[in-house]
Amino acid sequence: MYQYRRFNNKNGFFQKFGNLDYILLSCLLILGFISLATMYSTDGGEVLFHTRSHFIKFVVFFAMMLVISFINIKFWFSLGYLSYAVILGMLIWTINFGITASGSKRWIDLYFLNIQPSELMKIFIILCLAKYFHRMKSQHVNSFYSICFSLIIIFVPMSLVIIQPDLGTSLLIAISGIVVLWFAGLNHKYFFYSCLLSIISLPIIISFLKPYQKLRVLTFLNPDRDPLGAGYQIIQSKIAVGSGGFTGKGFLKGTQSYLEFLPEKHTDFIFTLFSEEFGFIGSVLLLLIYAIIIYRVIRIGALSRSYFAKLFCYSFGTSIFIYVIINMSMVLGLLPIVGSPLPIMSYGGSSMLATMIGFGIVMSAKTHSQQSIA
Amino acid sequence: MINISDSATKLNSLNRRMFIIATAKIIILGGIVSRLFFLQVKENKKYLTLSDKNRIREWKLPPIRGEFKDYFGNTIAGNFEAYQLHIIPEEVEDFRYVIYRVKELLELTDRQFKRILKKKDEIKPWETLIVSDNLSWEKFSKINNHLYDLNGVKPVISISRDYPYKENFTHVLGYVSQANENDLLTNENIKEKFVPGLKVGKTGLEKSFEQKLIGSNSVERYEVNAYGRRISQLAFQTGDKGETIRLTVDTKIQELTNELLKEKAGSICVMDIYTGAIVAMHSSPSFDPNSFVFGISQDEWQLISNNPMKPLVNKSLSGNYSPGSTIKPIVALSALENEIINPDFTVQCKGHKNPLELYGQTYHCWKKEGHGFVNLREAMKQSCDTYFYEVARRLGVDRLSVTAKKFGLGQKVFKDVFDNEKSGLVPNTEWKKNALGRNWVLGETIITGIGQGFIQTTPIQLCLMTAQIANGGYKIYPKIVANDDNQYADKFMPLYKKSRNIKIVQDAMFSSTNEVRGTSYRSRLDDPKYRFAGKTGTSQVKKMTEQDRELDLKTFEIPYEERDHALYVAFGPYKSPRYSLSIIIEHGGSGGTVAAPLAKELFKMIVDRHEIRKNYDNKKYLDI
Repeated sequence: MYQYRRFNNKNGFFQKFGNLDYILLSCLLILGFISLATMYSTDGGEVLFHTRSHFIKFVVFFAMMLVISFINIKFWFSLGYLSYAVILGMLIWTINFGITASGSKRWIDLYFLNIQPSELMKIFIILCLAKYFHRMKSQHVNSFYSICFSLIIIFVPMSLVIIQPDLGTSLLIAISGIVVLWFAGLNHKYFFYSCLLSIISLPIIISFLKPYQKLRVLTFLNPDRDPLGAGYQIIQSKIAVGSGGFTGKGFLKGTQSYLEFLPEKHTDFIFTLFSEEFGFIGSVLLLLIYAIIIYRVIRIGALSRSYFAKLFCYSFGTSIFIYVIINMSMVLGLLPIVGSPLPIMSYGGSSMLATMIGFGIVMSAKTHSQQSIA
Repeated sequence: MINISDSATKLNSLNRRMFIIATAKIIILGGIVSRLFFLQVKENKKYLTLSDKNRIREWKLPPIRGEFKDYFGNTIAGNFEAYQLHIIPEEVEDFRYVIYRVKELLELTDRQFKRILKKKDEIKPWETLIVSDNLSWEKFSKINNHLYDLNGVKPVISISRDYPYKENFTHVLGYVSQANENDLLTNENIKEKFVPGLKVGKTGLEKSFEQKLIGSNSVERYEVNAYGRRISQLAFQTGDKGETIRLTVDTKIQELTNELLKEKAGSICVMDIYTGAIVAMHSSPSFDPNSFVFGISQDEWQLISNNPMKPLVNKSLSGNYSPGSTIKPIVALSALENEIINPDFTVQCKGHKNPLELYGQTYHCWKKEGHGFVNLREAMKQSCDTYFYEVARRLGVDRLSVTAKKFGLGQKVFKDVFDNEKSGLVPNTEWKKNALGRNWVLGETIITGIGQGFIQTTPIQLCLMTAQIANGGYKIYPKIVANDDNQYADKFMPLYKKSRNIKIVQDAMFSSTNEVRGTSYRSRLDDPKYRFAGKTGTSQVKKMTEQDRELDLKTFEIPYEERDHALYVAFGPYKSPRYSLSIIIEHGGSGGTVAAPLAKELFKMIVDRHEIRKNYDNKKYLDI
């Protein structure tokens, strides 16, 4: 009893404050600053809509992250299924009452802001699956029932997002889920066989793709087949990155973006602009910051007592890594163009919200690292 | 409750898998970094050029065309500042208002106005719309005075072609006009330098020397955005003006030729008999080439192209005429060279009543009463046809054609300099066999002896022929560009076997102009300084019938189309010849009465101008 109280005292507000991971926090702040500077550059060296909006979102959601980090990790554990169900409900709502923009229904109107539930799902599917596997005995992980159930958890939101249609996000949701399955200890052979199966079935999947998606794949294989149409984005992006050189063209001097050759420069292609202006050095530094962030997230997981916190941190860190890699590979012409934002850097409230919630939970795991979950 | 050992296996498995993933992450991160290195460091040059290609666009400006100068450095085709009106539609706030205001100010017709509106629809909004390319000063200043009201309208001064001597040099220089599709296809250089509004040579020297004249474009380098809009000017590269070409022509003499041929159809060529320099070359009627620079109006074009005197044809080079009696010096020379006759060879000319008869054909002398017994000198002097019938009969057409070709007939005088030059025709037996598939008949030889029949010459060929007789029988190469440095191995090669024969012909031509009963005696100049020698010619357009001969109509009584061409070739001053000329007046009548008097006027000026020309040359050498 006494010990428990002492333990509780240790978890007082100031204690928690001291337990925050300041390296992670400062890296996030640096990243936020870089993203704001880049956004300022996309606005042509003026504080316009995107910069202002991005700044507000970053500040609000960063503050929200701090708040989350003071909430006990147990609370998030208990919220695992409920939040998943709520987001699922929002996804269904989206299908019926969503806002249509550029040909797909992705947003729902919450009066004060438009939210993209599919982005949130990227985080909450991790939370849900982490809770699901937390209690499970290791011999049950590979049982037919649990595999089926976890696959259903992944497939339902994925298919809801696919019909929006938003192939990119649905793939990212699936990857987040699969990452959790991997860490939960699902047998290697399942991954191996499913990989094999997906490679074999690739031609069939391609035949089911929409024409514009097929075009993207073909364009990825050979961007020069239609340099002004489908291949335009990737060609211009590579030109921008390549012309940046070792030290870059200098802040606000990226001609490719300034002269509007770059598509989607606020969102998916923000790294292109950054890389053009700051060159190889800047890009490697940015990668380093991401690497430190991911390392810190995984370290927090490693130091946590509870299995749930570990699973969540590992999966979240790995997911962030995959988002970053997919976005950069796409921009550098290593992967076909799929809509995938660069966490924190890209403009977009829902993505920022989801990422910050994720970091908040990680931080909460840090401040409550000694907390065990029954 | 999870038991301890199970929790430990779960954590073990989790950490093991994290380790695998971490390794994979480091490898993938390395891959991304190496991709960045490849793009940004290794391939940097390639992408940098691609990015510059993206953002930098060049705008070519029309090059400034080289000028033409006459021998004395007077500009005969120059450039002037044309006042133009440009509008960039996107810079105009209220395009409708502005364009109607401009219409009002410039007093544009509805048709012109519609054309401008059509042009506006064809271009991009940030491209220049040329409303008017050659405004008068009054309208230009009117626009300038109203500029406060015409937002976005740009009065522009642009360089354009100008021919200050108007119709005087039209056929020598040709004219320039808007480059069309054909020009772009046939001339690589024009294609390379093309900008909308580029003017290129269409005929004459303007066309032949396009390569030298065109110059090089000035280039404006702009930074543009993805939509092609200009953002900022990066550089301005000044192009070179085209080469200035100095011709051998003398503007004063050229103007005189124009004066002399006023209201007539014909040509005058004047040539330096030693250098081959063309001093004047004019074809009449002419037209003002300035009308073509900004596109000729339909009415004016109709007027020029439907004129029966054919102003568009350069008669000096592409007019094929029967040389008539002007061929006689060559016939005589050929006969002397081939030793068919000697100067004392005599023929009796009995006049109309007793024409020469061969195989049922009759061959008349032009003089009704006949010339009586004539030797070579007399026959040339009085242009006795009967004498030359006989000489030609003895000589034969083949030997005649050899001499004629040697002296420049039947081939292009300027080779490739003028694209519209005709080569004329010097017939021989082989030619007829090949071209017409029939055998040569003697009668054709006989009429060739007086320059009728198949034989065709251009005025410039006759001038060259006369020049080569006048200079003592040496080959020359005519040129019109002053510093034409083409070296010909056979320049000044003797064209004769015996130089005495040339002397005989020269003397005979002298007698024709300067002695009583000579055909151009009335046109002689008595002052030895100006005295010249020549040969008249009257070439028939239509075969004369017995009836015509009976009627013996005066020239003005015959319909214009059927009148004879009047020709005259001459060289002078006789004491030390320097210049030769050929005159042809289409449907003018007889050479002696119409063409020869012009030579009198010309030689006065030519000889006077020679002093100036010589001094100009000497002074130039002193300057060096």
